[in-house]
Amino acid sequence: MNDAGNADRFGHGGFDDEDAPGGRNGPAGEGGFGDLDDQGDRDDKDEQQEGYGIPGGPANGDGNDDGDDTGHGPGRPPRIPMPRASVEDGGRPLPTLEDLGVPAPQPAPLVLEHRVLKSLLGAWALAACSADETAAVEEHLGDCGSCADEALRLREAVGLLHQPESLDLDPGLRTRVLDGCLDRRPPRIPVPEWAAPYDAETARLDALLQDIGDAEWHAPVRLRWFEGEGPMTRRTTVAGVIAHLLSVDGLVAVALGMDDPLGDIAEADPTPRARTEAYWRTSHYPPNRSVRAPWRDQTHGLVRTASFINDSGPARPAVSYGDFELPLQDALLDRAFECWVHAEDIAEAVDYPYEPPAPRHMHRMIDLAARVLPDVLATRRRAGLASPPHHRHLVPAGEPGRSLRLEIEGMGGGEWLIPLDSPAAVGSAAHEVAHVALDGAEFCRLAAGHVPPAEAAAGQDGDREAIRDVLFAAAALSRM
Amino acid sequence: MTKKDAPPRWDRKMQQRLARGEAAALGELYDRFASLVHNLAHRVLGDERAADGITRDVFVHVWEHPEAYDPKQGPLRSWVATLTHRLAVQRLRATETAALAQGSGGSAEELERKVRRASVAARADYIVTSMPAPLRAALDLAYFQRRDYRQTAADLGVTEDEARRRLRLGLQLLATAHDAGAPGAPPGYGGAV
Repeated sequence: MNDAGNADRFGHGGFDDEDAPGGRNGPAGEGGFGDLDDQGDRDDKDEQQEGYGIPGGPANGDGNDDGDDTGHGPGRPPRIPMPRASVEDGGRPLPTLEDLGVPAPQPAPLVLEHRVLKSLLGAWALAACSADETAAVEEHLGDCGSCADEALRLREAVGLLHQPESLDLDPGLRTRVLDGCLDRRPPRIPVPEWAAPYDAETARLDALLQDIGDAEWHAPVRLRWFEGEGPMTRRTTVAGVIAHLLSVDGLVAVALGMDDPLGDIAEADPTPRARTEAYWRTSHYPPNRSVRAPWRDQTHGLVRTASFINDSGPARPAVSYGDFELPLQDALLDRAFECWVHAEDIAEAVDYPYEPPAPRHMHRMIDLAARVLPDVLATRRRAGLASPPHHRHLVPAGEPGRSLRLEIEGMGGGEWLIPLDSPAAVGSAAHEVAHVALDGAEFCRLAAGHVPPAEAAAGQDGDREAIRDVLFAAAALSRM
Repeated sequence: MTKKDAPPRWDRKMQQRLARGEAAALGELYDRFASLVHNLAHRVLGDERAADGITRDVFVHVWEHPEAYDPKQGPLRSWVATLTHRLAVQRLRATETAALAQGSGGSAEELERKVRRASVAARADYIVTSMPAPLRAALDLAYFQRRDYRQTAADLGVTEDEARRRLRLGLQLLATAHDAGAPGAPPGYGGAV
């Protein structure tokens, strides 16, 4: 805690004797304005200065009250001199006389008019004047009541400057505070359940962005995903990742009738990757932290717009990702998952910790992956990337078919039966041919394309081909 | 978000959305002001958990009484800061009074001084984070970076006159942190800064 109202520092400036005469903070008349001292609030005598002092030096001897030295009484801790180095110590060139604003040579004290001296008061209070100016100001304070009053007031104000507290807000506080509010007054327009993971994940990422410095926005990030048979990567920066999220979230925004963040950028191919590359390509400069505001505004807009969608109203059009589409609710869930995955990429790049989502949100994300897996499996099969179905004919729609039991362990986990031979088939315990067990976080890493399917730490039992196909399909859920 | 210059329109719309009971608006309100609220509460109370509690109380109050904010009286940000200040100082006074009653030493005058010091420090924080960016940048250079005003002028690309003006004006604004009068008087989280 800094000391407030510490006018007493005003009155005793003679502590930093090591500040060589002729340095920036040259001789100051500690007695020259001691009469002001009595106006101060003395209740903080025991507090040490927080690394800030007033310009001082040996008393100039012509003060009117040299005895007013409240700061050096017995038992008082020594004042801490300002760590500011004098010019000589700092290795900087000595200021030329022109720098000091005086015509050379100038043996006489600097004489400045009242207007100029008054304008120097702020700099003087901050010890940011030249030695000559400091002396001139302090000389003046003995004669000019209005300047002396202001000088005291500004010097006190300096004592209120703190290093800004960089307290990182507990990311869990948001949910606790909002839940507490909504308990007290239930919302008439709630955030729908299916938008809650997106709301939470974007808030978590934004809190991380709040805490990183300007330079960290340019930290390199390697985007990783899985395509076909193998891993893919693309280099970008932290800001580039946010631009990526902005571009792809824009697909959902457009589906909801909001503005496209890509604006007029003509893009024939509305895939996430093409949109991102187009955004990166058309920026005039590499993305920097300025991308945060439009990204965050869009995330807020999405949650808000989603809140006004009546679940019992007309069906909303699906969100197209170019080569596939998802129902609106699933698309926003998918964006929540992507937000988490990329937040982890960023956290890793800037060496910050990052926690997994709330278990109930993670469960929804895993459930989405499990529901989409049969389609991905079928697509891969058509492309010759997965083994053909066991039956010559596809399982009729709605009928039980050969299934793999996917067991996800840990918080947010559960069990899903994945139909293997047709997306239209129904998973069936009676037709289970294989069983795979993974930790939830490991499954999400797999689905994010961050773990090669062959290396996923999965307990396996049953049809090896089916297991391989499903693990590869899970990795193929990932994209840039 | 660093959106200090958000137009009053945002404040009005936010109030309307809160009054309508829109949960998404509450989330946005939190995202914009939670850091401010938590930092001010922490400056007054010096305790993480207590600051969490004040943060909860402030948002509950705004959510339950959005109509209590009058956009004509100034920005929502000032109003939220004033509310935070009031609740945090109330809590500080309550805990200190309880400690005093239990005979843990100290006097009533010390209590008042402590409350006043915490109150002024929190107001000063608010003033610094709310003052125009050019003034804040000048103070930052001259105080935290220990640049003299000529270097400050050079760093900011302004004249030396202008650098002196900004340092003086910045400190003048900061000095108003002392102006709240007696402890307990409404703090000056006006819209001017």
